[in-house]
Amino acid sequence: MIAQDSSVRIGVYVCHCGTNIAGVLDVAELAAFARTLPGVVVARDYKYMCSDPGQELIKQDIQEYRLNRIVVAACSPNLHETTFRNTAEAAGMNRFLVQIANIREQVSWVAEDRQEGMRKARSHIAAAVRRVAHHEPLERQYVRITPRVLVVGGGIAGIQAALTLADAGREVILVERQPSIGGHMAMFDKTFPTLDCAACILTPKMTAVKNHPNIKLLTYSDVVSVEGSVGRYTVRIRRRPRYIDEQACVGCMLCIEGCVFTRAKFPNEFDQGLGFRKPVYVPFAQAVPPIPVIDPKVCLQLSRGKCTQTCVQACGDRKAIRFDQTETIEEYEVGAIILATGFKAFDPTPIRYYGYGKYPNVYTSLEVERLLNAGGPTSGHLVLRDGRTPKRVGIIHCVGSRDQNYHPYCSRVCCMYALKLAHLVKEHTQAEVYNFYIDIRAPGKAFEEFYHRVENDAVRFIRGKVADIRPASLVGAGAGSLASEPGGNGPSDPPAMTEAPPESERLRHPQPGQKAPPPPAETLLVRVEDTLLGEVREIPLDMVILAVALEPQPDADEVRRLFGISCSTEGFFLEKHPKLAPVQTANDGVFLAGACQGPKDIPDTVAQASAAAAAALALIDAGQIELEPNIAWIDETMCSGCRTCISLCPYRAISTDEERQVAVVDPALCKGCGTCVAACPSGAAKQYLFSYEQLDQELEGILSYV
Amino acid sequence: MSETAPKPQQEFSPRIVAFLCNWCSYSASDLAGTSRIKYAPQVRMIRVMCSGRVDPTFVLKAFALGADGVMIAGCHPGDCHYIEQNYKTLRRYLLLRRILRDLGVEEARLRLVWASASEGPQLAQAINQFVQEIQQLGPLGWSQNWEENGQRMQALQAILQEHDSALEVPLA
Repeated sequence: MIAQDSSVRIGVYVCHCGTNIAGVLDVAELAAFARTLPGVVVARDYKYMCSDPGQELIKQDIQEYRLNRIVVAACSPNLHETTFRNTAEAAGMNRFLVQIANIREQVSWVAEDRQEGMRKARSHIAAAVRRVAHHEPLERQYVRITPRVLVVGGGIAGIQAALTLADAGREVILVERQPSIGGHMAMFDKTFPTLDCAACILTPKMTAVKNHPNIKLLTYSDVVSVEGSVGRYTVRIRRRPRYIDEQACVGCMLCIEGCVFTRAKFPNEFDQGLGFRKPVYVPFAQAVPPIPVIDPKVCLQLSRGKCTQTCVQACGDRKAIRFDQTETIEEYEVGAIILATGFKAFDPTPIRYYGYGKYPNVYTSLEVERLLNAGGPTSGHLVLRDGRTPKRVGIIHCVGSRDQNYHPYCSRVCCMYALKLAHLVKEHTQAEVYNFYIDIRAPGKAFEEFYHRVENDAVRFIRGKVADIRPASLVGAGAGSLASEPGGNGPSDPPAMTEAPPESERLRHPQPGQKAPPPPAETLLVRVEDTLLGEVREIPLDMVILAVALEPQPDADEVRRLFGISCSTEGFFLEKHPKLAPVQTANDGVFLAGACQGPKDIPDTVAQASAAAAAALALIDAGQIELEPNIAWIDETMCSGCRTCISLCPYRAISTDEERQVAVVDPALCKGCGTCVAACPSGAAKQYLFSYEQLDQELEGILSYV
Repeated sequence: MSETAPKPQQEFSPRIVAFLCNWCSYSASDLAGTSRIKYAPQVRMIRVMCSGRVDPTFVLKAFALGADGVMIAGCHPGDCHYIEQNYKTLRRYLLLRRILRDLGVEEARLRLVWASASEGPQLAQAINQFVQEIQQLGPLGWSQNWEENGQRMQALQAILQEHDSALEVPLA
C-alpha cells in the first residue's frame, strides 16, 4: 500500500438528494462513517449538494478547513462531476482533486435492502476517499477547432442546418447521396396542416443552398470514413461518377432529349417507380444541382460500350458528358458534424393481408404523394394504374406503426399526412374517402383544427384496424356486405373482373398521353371491425392507401458506427439526453437533425435542424476545445521503447522518439481510453485521473468495507 | 490438507467488483438506476474510461484482496467509444481465464459482459445472474484451502509484487 500523504485534507459531502438518497440510506450515518476514514477532515450531509447553498457549504469548508481534496457522495458523475469540479475551482482548488461516489444511481435507486445498500454506499465512499487522496492537480489543455461543419444528408433537415450555418458565415460541406438534394420533402405534394405546396416552400431553400458562397454541395456522394475527434475530424467523401462534368454542364437537358432511348422506360426511383426516366435523367424538374446523371446500369455506352452517343452530339461543344469519369475520394477537415440522414418509408409488402404489391390498387402514401404532385408521373391527376379515377378511396392508418409485429412506436406524422391525403384526394377526385384509424393523433399547432376541417370535408372515419383486403370478385358477396354499411352509397356497378394482365404490366403506371394497359378494374373489399359500432364491416373501394410508418434508414447501423454514435432500440440515432441534449450525441462533435433521430414532421425537423446548427456553431465558434483530462502519458525514465503501446492505440497518438528510443503520446490525439496503460510491461505508460495508484486505492477501498 | 469448507447454502453474500467502462456500461448502470431496477447489491462498481484500461493485475488483485467474483463490462463489440479497445479487453479476458484456472480459481468467477448505454435492464440482469452463480460457487476460500492453494497464492502475490515494483517510481 502506498503511504498516506499527511498533507491530504479531505472533505466528504453526502447528498440527500431530497428523499432520493436519504429516503433509502441513512445519510447522517454515512457522513459519520466518512469521518472515520484516513485523511478526512470534515464530513457532512446536506439536502441538495448541487444547489447553490450546497456548493457554498463546500466552498466555505475548503477555506475554513484548508481542504485540498473533495469527495461528493451523490448522483452519477455523469450528472454533477463538472458542477463540483467548478465548485472546487471557484474556491481556489484544482478542479481535478474531486471524486464522486455514486450512491444514487448505483445504490439508493437500485438496492432493495437498506442494510445491503448501506454497505455498498460505505464501500463506494471509502473507495472514493482512498482514491482522491492520490489525485494530483492537472492543467486543462485546449486544442484549436476547425471552423467548418459537415452536414450529412440534403433533405429539409440538412438544408436548414447548412443554410443556418452558412448564413452565420461558417463554411459548410453538404453531402447528399442522391443526385439531388430535397429528400422526402421534395416528393410531397402539399404539407399539413397549412397545405402549402411542398415544392413552393422547399425549392427556394434548395436554390439558396446551391448559390450560397459558404456551402460546398457534394451530391451523389457519401462519407466513407471519419477520423479524428471533436474539433478536428478528417472525413473522406466518395464522389460517385455522374458521367457528366458538373462544371461544364449548364443544365440545358439537351442530352436527355438527345438520348438514343426515345422513350423513358426505366422506373424513376424518385417517383417510387410510378414514373419513368431515360438512362440520362434528372430525378425531378426542380433538382438541385440541375445537372443530369447517367445510370451506368442501363446506359448503352456504359453498360455495353456501344452506342451512337447522340447525347454527346446534343451536348455539343460544352463537352460535359464524360463516360470516362470514375469514382473519386475527397478529403476535408471539419470541426463538427451534423447528421441529417432522414428516414425510410416502411415497405408494407410483408403485411400480406394488405396485399401491397399483389393488388395494383393498393398504394403506399409516398406513391400517392407522387400521383398528387403536379410534377409527378401523372402530372397531378390521381388515377389508378388502369387510368380510371378512383371513386372510393380508403386510407389505412398505422401501417407498420403501433404494431408489435413491425414497429411498436407511433410514427407521429401518419395521422396528419393521412388527413392531408384524405383532403387532397377529395379535392382532386371528389371520391368518397374512408380513414381507418386506431386513434387520431393531432397534437401540433393547428393540427386538431385541420382534423376538424377534414371531418367537415365529409371524409368518413372508421375506428378499427383493417383485417383483410381482397378483390371483391374473389369474395363474391360484395353486394350483400354493403348492406351493413350505414349511410353508404352503393358502389357503382362492380366492374367485371377481366383477365389479369401480367404482373409487370399491372404494376406499371400509364404515362399521360400513352395507351393505358388493359384495365384490371378490381374493386377491393376491405374488411374492418368498426370498434365504435361494434361490428365487422366490408367496404368496397377502388383504391387503398397505406399510411406507412417512418423507419430508420436501412444503413443506419453502419452510419452510426462510422460516426461513433449509438442507436436507440428502434434503430434511430440516439441523442445524448432525450430532454436536455436532444441534438447532441455521445460523440461530442456530432449532432443530429431531423428524422434520423426519430419520426418527425417538417416543422419539428426544421426546428431541430436549426437547433443542431446552433449547437454546432456554439462548438466551433468557441475556437478551441478542452481536451480530455484523462489522457495517457509516458514516463520516459521507465520506458524501454518496446512499442507495445504503439500497436494498441487506435488513434495513432503514440509514436517513438527515435533519438531517445522512448514512446511519446501526442496529447491532442490521445482520447484517454487507457488501453496502452494497462498493457505497458514496465509501467511507463500512465493515465491522468486513472493512475495505478488511484485505481489500486479505489479497489482496496471498495473491498475493505464490504 | 485442511478441511474443505462446506459450501454455504444461504447466508453467503459474495464480494464482487465490477469494472464498468464510462461510455456504455457505466451509463447502463445509471440507466438501471433512473429506471429504478432493483438488482443484487453485492456488486461494487469502479468506473474506468474504457474496459481496455482494466489491467489483468486489477482482477488478480481483487481476488487477492478477497473478492469472490470480478465483472468487467464494456461496450458491445463494434460499439467501443474508443473504436476497438474492447476487443483488447476480450483478448485479456480469455488469457486471464487461463491464468485463473492455473491459479486454482474457477474461471466462472470472472465474467465479461457487454452492455450498451441503453441496456440498463440487461446489465442488472447480468449482475443478478453473476451474483447467483457466485453464490452457488461459494466463497473463493483460498484461506480455507491454504495448504493446497498456498503455492498458488504465492505465485499470485509474486505476480502482483513484480507489477507493483515496476510501478514504484522515484518521484522527481
